[in-house]
Parts: sequence; structure tokens; C-alpha cells
Amino acid sequence: MNPREFLARERFDFAVIANWIPPGERVLDLGCGDGNLLRYLRETKAVLGYGVEIDHERVLGCIRNDVDVIQIDIEGGLSGFEDRSFNHVIISQALQAMHATERILGEMLRVAEEAVVSFPNFAYRANRAAIAEGHMPVSENLPYAWYETPNVRFFTIADFEALCGKLGIEIRERLAFDEDGRAVTDDPNLNGSLAFYRLGRAPC
Amino acid sequence: MSNIHSIGIVAPQRVRFNEALTLKSGARLPGFDLVFETYGTLNASCSNAVLVCHALSGSHHVAGVHAGQPNHVGWWDNLVGPGKPLDTDKFFVVGVNNLGGCYGSTGPLSFNPETGKRYGADFPLVTVEDWVAAQARLADHLGVDTWAAVLGGSLGGMQALAWSLLFPDRIRHALVIASAPKLSAQNIAFNEVARQAIISDPDFHGGHYAERGVVPANGLRLARMVGHITYLSDGQMDEKFGRRLRHGEHKFSYEVDFEVESYLRYQGNKFAGFFDANTYLMMTKALDYFDPAYDYGGNLASALARAQAKFLVASFSTDWRFSPARSREIVFALLHNRRHVAYAEIDCDAGHDSFLLDDAHYHSVMRAYLENISV
Repeated sequence: MNPREFLARERFDFAVIANWIPPGERVLDLGCGDGNLLRYLRETKAVLGYGVEIDHERVLGCIRNDVDVIQIDIEGGLSGFEDRSFNHVIISQALQAMHATERILGEMLRVAEEAVVSFPNFAYRANRAAIAEGHMPVSENLPYAWYETPNVRFFTIADFEALCGKLGIEIRERLAFDEDGRAVTDDPNLNGSLAFYRLGRAPC
Repeated sequence: MSNIHSIGIVAPQRVRFNEALTLKSGARLPGFDLVFETYGTLNASCSNAVLVCHALSGSHHVAGVHAGQPNHVGWWDNLVGPGKPLDTDKFFVVGVNNLGGCYGSTGPLSFNPETGKRYGADFPLVTVEDWVAAQARLADHLGVDTWAAVLGGSLGGMQALAWSLLFPDRIRHALVIASAPKLSAQNIAFNEVARQAIISDPDFHGGHYAERGVVPANGLRLARMVGHITYLSDGQMDEKFGRRLRHGEHKFSYEVDFEVESYLRYQGNKFAGFFDANTYLMMTKALDYFDPAYDYGGNLASALARAQAKFLVASFSTDWRFSPARSREIVFALLHNRRHVAYAEIDCDAGHDSFLLDDAHYHSVMRAYLENISV
């Protein structure tokens, strides 16, 4: 992917997420990278945003971006963050790189009213084809070779929705896109390369 | 990026404040001197001033060298200067020796106008808040209404935090490095050992040693030795000294066997040769008393509600004196109040003293934050 394509894709992700964030909200972005999403949300939605990031260089990137960032490891949870202290908590293409999946999902819905989650769908058609040919998939949304991937959890749209059901998490909205950024409605677990969710606590 | 170099030769200045200062303890100083240095130029809108606060043994001599003393380099010279992370081509930087210090500002070595003798032990205990009040007078004197930033490491970071609480509209950014919102029982315990070492020295004379022309050098030496251990990390001491022997063999005596003993004795002796014991006692008490949450039932978040500044908080992975967890207390209290804060937890093996070193990533963080400050 050349830098221009990367930027275009990044902007695409940002636009999808921003669509779910009302202006002026308090937003927490977990695994926020260089803070580009928060900067985008600040500029387009005037949010008060904080990022959380563990990687030293990315934290530095946030500071260069003038983005508020907290360098902690969220594998241990979000202790220190108060209940319902954010309107939205976002985890954009970072959930698959964390071990404590259940804990982090629970913590997200503790600290925020609503969670936005995006992840690459492992069951996407092209990924299935790669496996069928005997290889781990490498694609635009799963860009790493197996021996260098930061991803530690490999899951599908169907898997994720099953986990939400188990954890009492309400799926309020789902969007799936193919590799060309076209919205997918027909069998997203097969045709969706990237999935976006708006999640809340299921009413008791 | 501009050419990075030393600020070069600098000269300390002195200013006298004749208006009395009532201290947090209730004691009253009829007037006082502060010794300070400045680097760079205050711009026309007075928007580029940065105050650097020193820690326990620091001084106003932050950067550059004094004429004729090419080896007496400022204590934060690696950070402050033209093209350096705290860029004196952009900022007007002020370093000040705190009230009660022993580098020229009014302190225990000064003469008490009421007695004509040196204050010694009669110098009142001053707190972090008192230092900030004195620094505010210096800001007035320099024509600085609002600091672009106040920064410091350790006890210096506490002053930056205190500035944001005492004068929330006079500080735009606070950089709190390797610091803590208050001391732990263990921190106070180490300070108490240091104080007892000084106070129990036969040459202490209840703090009036200067009148007798002596100094409690042994006590000061021990105080510095124990302090120094807390500034370093276990790993770094192992790396630096390990179990290396001074004479290549065990001597079966109480003379120096291990290199680490030699190092501590050297540091202790050096320190006892120039630092004032009363100042050291007072500085450790200022540390012990610092606790902005004290008046808020121990609730730091309530205490920090006053702060308006944007914050950079940084800690070092191997700092066990003020561990990263202590910095996170500040970060989450700021977050509670929805203040702007960036928090970096820097990997550095040098323990608490890391804040004085020029670790590349640490300096990148400082540079990045300071570059974004508008002036």
C-alpha cells in the first residue's frame, strides 16, 4: 500500500467512525496509534478526546500531533478510568492485537456509554481463499505475514457477534465493507473485509 | 532544526523583594533575595517565558557556564539551550534558586536582619507553595504575567504542579517529570534517615553550626549517601558497580572493599563540601509536606480541579523513588477534571535520576511537547 492509499484508507475508517460520534463528545480511543483519529475527530467533531497507547514511538507521535495520550497497557484493564466518564470509547483495528478480549470489551462499556469497535474479518472471502490454498492470509486489512503480525486474536464477524451475545453486549449497529470500501449487506461474514460496530450494554 | 549548542557564558542575577512574605507555616519573612539566571529573550508579548524549577540539590544555574568556570555546567544543560528540547531560541527560560536555598537566595546561611547573625536553624521552614509564591514575585519582577510553561523533575515537578493550582491563570503548560502528588511513607522514611544523620552530627549544634565556624559534614555526607541510593535503580547500580572490588580482593576491614562504597563516599564527601545542612533539612521537609490533596480530604482529583494548564506528565520505568504509578495518580486526577494531559512512561534504566539524563526518547518527548507550545 503506498502512502496515499494508506491515507485514503485511514480517512475512510475515520469517516465511518466519525459518523457515529456526535459533536462535542468526550471520546476515549484505545490503541490510538499516532493519534490521527483523535486529531481527525477534534478537527471535524470538536470532541474532547484522549488516547491510550502502549508503544513509545506512537505516544511520541500523539504528542507531536498535540493529542492527549496516556501511555499505559490496557491488557490489565482500564482501572483509573471512571465509570461512564466518556460518551464513546473507540477501539479501531486494535482489538485483534490484544489478549484480554473479554475484559477489554467489558471495561469499554464500563467507562463509556457506547463503544465503537472495528476489526478485520478473518472469514472474508479472500482470507478463506488464502487458507484454502494453504497459506495464512495477507491482505490490505490483514497486512502482516504470520511471523511478524502484531495480531494475537484471529476472529470473524460471526465469532465477534457470538461473543457479544455471551457478554450481554447489545449490537446497536453494524457496518461491513469489502476491500474496495463498498458497503456489504449480503452475508457480511463472507463478503466483509472490515467490520465496524456500535455497541452498548444490553438492557437488563 | 536550528544548530544545537550550549547557551555559553551566563551570569546569575539577584533581586531583592522588600515586601514581607507570610509562609504556609504562618512564619513571616520580612523580605528576601532570589538569585536567578535567564536564557534567551523575552518576546514583546511576554508569551515565551518558561520557568525551570530545581529539585533537592539544584540551583538557578540551569544551563551554560559561568565565566572562568568552564567545568561548572548548568544542571539541565542537556535540555536547555539553543536548538535543544527547551529551545532558548524560542523561549525565555528562567532558573531560580529557591527560597531557603544555599546558592545565594535568602536562606539559613543568610544574615537575619533582626539579630545580625546567620539564620541557621531559625530560618523558617518553607514549603513548595512558598517557593511558588516567591517565584511569582520573580515573574512580576521580570514582567511575566503568564508562563508559557513551568517545568521540573522530582521536587521541581511538584512546583510545576503547585503553580497550576496556586496561579491557574498564570501558567499555560505544566511539565511534571519523575514526580509524585505526595510522598509515600517510604519516601518520608528515607528523608527522616537523612535528617537524623544531620541532626545527630555533633557538629550540628542545633542548626547553629555556622556561628561556630563548623559544618555537620558527616551527617550531610550520610544524608547524601542514603539519598543517592534512592536516585539510582538496582539494575543500574549492578551495571555500574556490580560487586567489583576496589583492591581486587576482600580486605576484611571496614575500609572500602566494593566499588559502590567508594562511589557513595565520593558523592557524600563532594556534597558535604558545598551544600548547607539546614537547607537540606528544609528541602526534605518541603518534600514531606507537599500534598495538594491534604486540604481536600486526600482527594487529589478535587485538589486538581483548580488547574487550567495543559500537562505533560512523564515517568521513568526504573524510578522506584517516584514510580510511574505515582505519576499516573496525577494523570487520572487530571483526567477526572477533563484537563489536557499527555503521559509518557519512558523506558530508562537510570532510576529517578533519569530525568537529568539525555535519553534520546525522553528528549524527543520533551522536544515534541515544547515545540507545540505557541508563543
